[in-house]
Amino acid sequence: MATLKDATAIAGIGQTPFAKQLPASEKTLACQAIVAALDDAGIAPSEVDAFASYTMEETDEVEIAKAIGAGDVTHFSKVGYGGGGSCATVAHLAAAIATGQANVGVAWRSRKRGSGPRPWKNTRVQLPTPGQWTRPFGLLRPADEIGLLARRYMHEYGATRDHFFNVALACRNRANQNPAAMMYERPLTREMYMTARWISEPLCLFDNCLETDGALACVVVAADRARDCRHRPVYVHAAAQGLPAQHHGMVNYWNDDPLTGPAWTAARHLWKGADLGPQDVDVAQIYDAFTPLIPLSLEGYGFCGRGEGAAFTEGGALETGGRLPLNTGGGGLSEAYVHGFNLITEGVRQLRGTSTAQVPGAATCLVTAGEGVPTSALLLRS
Amino acid sequence: MTIGESAGGPVRESVRAAMTPSVAPATDNRPGGSDSGERLLLPVPDEDGAPFWEYAARGELRIQACDGCGALRFPPRPCCPHCQSFAARWQRMSGRGRIWSYVLPHPPLLPAYAALPGYNAIVVELAEAPRIRLVGNLVTAADAPLNSVDPARLRIGAPVKAAFHTLPEGMTVPRWLLERP
Repeated sequence: MATLKDATAIAGIGQTPFAKQLPASEKTLACQAIVAALDDAGIAPSEVDAFASYTMEETDEVEIAKAIGAGDVTHFSKVGYGGGGSCATVAHLAAAIATGQANVGVAWRSRKRGSGPRPWKNTRVQLPTPGQWTRPFGLLRPADEIGLLARRYMHEYGATRDHFFNVALACRNRANQNPAAMMYERPLTREMYMTARWISEPLCLFDNCLETDGALACVVVAADRARDCRHRPVYVHAAAQGLPAQHHGMVNYWNDDPLTGPAWTAARHLWKGADLGPQDVDVAQIYDAFTPLIPLSLEGYGFCGRGEGAAFTEGGALETGGRLPLNTGGGGLSEAYVHGFNLITEGVRQLRGTSTAQVPGAATCLVTAGEGVPTSALLLRS
Repeated sequence: MTIGESAGGPVRESVRAAMTPSVAPATDNRPGGSDSGERLLLPVPDEDGAPFWEYAARGELRIQACDGCGALRFPPRPCCPHCQSFAARWQRMSGRGRIWSYVLPHPPLLPAYAALPGYNAIVVELAEAPRIRLVGNLVTAADAPLNSVDPARLRIGAPVKAAFHTLPEGMTVPRWLLERP
């Protein structure tokens, strides 16, 4: 059977500045990030023949291809479920390239979530969550929906706010080392966290990701092609998507076991296709729209047992030098929230050895997409 | 008055004109509408969910059940995930359950909810089918405000019972009362 294992690599990454508000349009930002990623790879835009993005992406292949000067495009796909699609954009390109559908793929995400409206304020849009069962009761926002799972998780396993703080702090500390991060000059203390305003109790301000304007992109090519590009190739060692049986995105209250989510499904497939296991991961970029997603994902991807994710965060485990350095660019909590695409580019930097919070000798990086929604993951290696 | 406000006036008027009580819920929930701006969101039933709300209007809590294998399922859907039967019935529940989880949402919120500081949103697991869980609100009485319960009274595992509240627009929603207030 054909396999994706190390067949393709990420050869280029690009991004715009991140800010609460940027003046340029999403289309301009997308083009800037994509052109930068192609330049980083040393590949001409005219060679691009594949695109992949999110269904929530507002810019489309036609406009992007036309603007950057792509040639004939023979593969294009979009992945659903918001941040759950991030890693799958790369996975779809890898599958297309590995099977000869295309040669040079671009994945991208451009979003003015900082200056744009908050999606939950539009009550007329058809949400992936079945609004008739939740919204009349004031369960309005993603923070409320995940807050319910977080409260239950705390109840079942003895997790505390200090565990969620460990996650917020690790991301903030790494952002404080990353000049591109929105929170670069904004240290976080335990007192700030414990006295912060609630957003949806038990989640406070610092349990929530940032609101960001910005765009990112990466270039995927066959492994042998990547070896001729400007930087050390970062191989897509394994990739997976995950939609568990009876799962319900964001409001996963309606199956037998709401505290196991898409991470478990994606992980089973990811490790099955890999020569490596969780014990081999040097650094992890785990989707952090909300801090409780980290302990859930640590369990799902097999770094610890069921119910042990909160305890795993203790003793500086997620910090530089800890058991599993986390979100080394600052993540969605403290670098930028662009539906997790900055986790992919940071994974590439770690394996190139160019992160602002470099893990010495990092050779394997797990990158995950949104937990709590149909998700995806990548295992990258140098 | 700014130009923006004067330009917005007629638009709001037209929205209000469209928001007559005869408008079906499927077209409701306009956050910008001056009538609905301070009102709670209405359920917007889909085809599968409509019977739930029709029974709720009669004060009955009913959950969709497979007419083939009898398995309960929620949210309602066209087909049984266990036996693939398309035949369904609506099984009346006791209305008793326990709090499975809860949150206390704080601003930023839609205006109608921001006006109810300290309101809760809870998940209730039903007594006779604990894996059927409903999102709702814990209140002191069926017609009491969503923030009528002291947040300190909320705890996971607390027994609750359903009560039915009819919204000003005419739709009825289940709410939850503590069994031991």
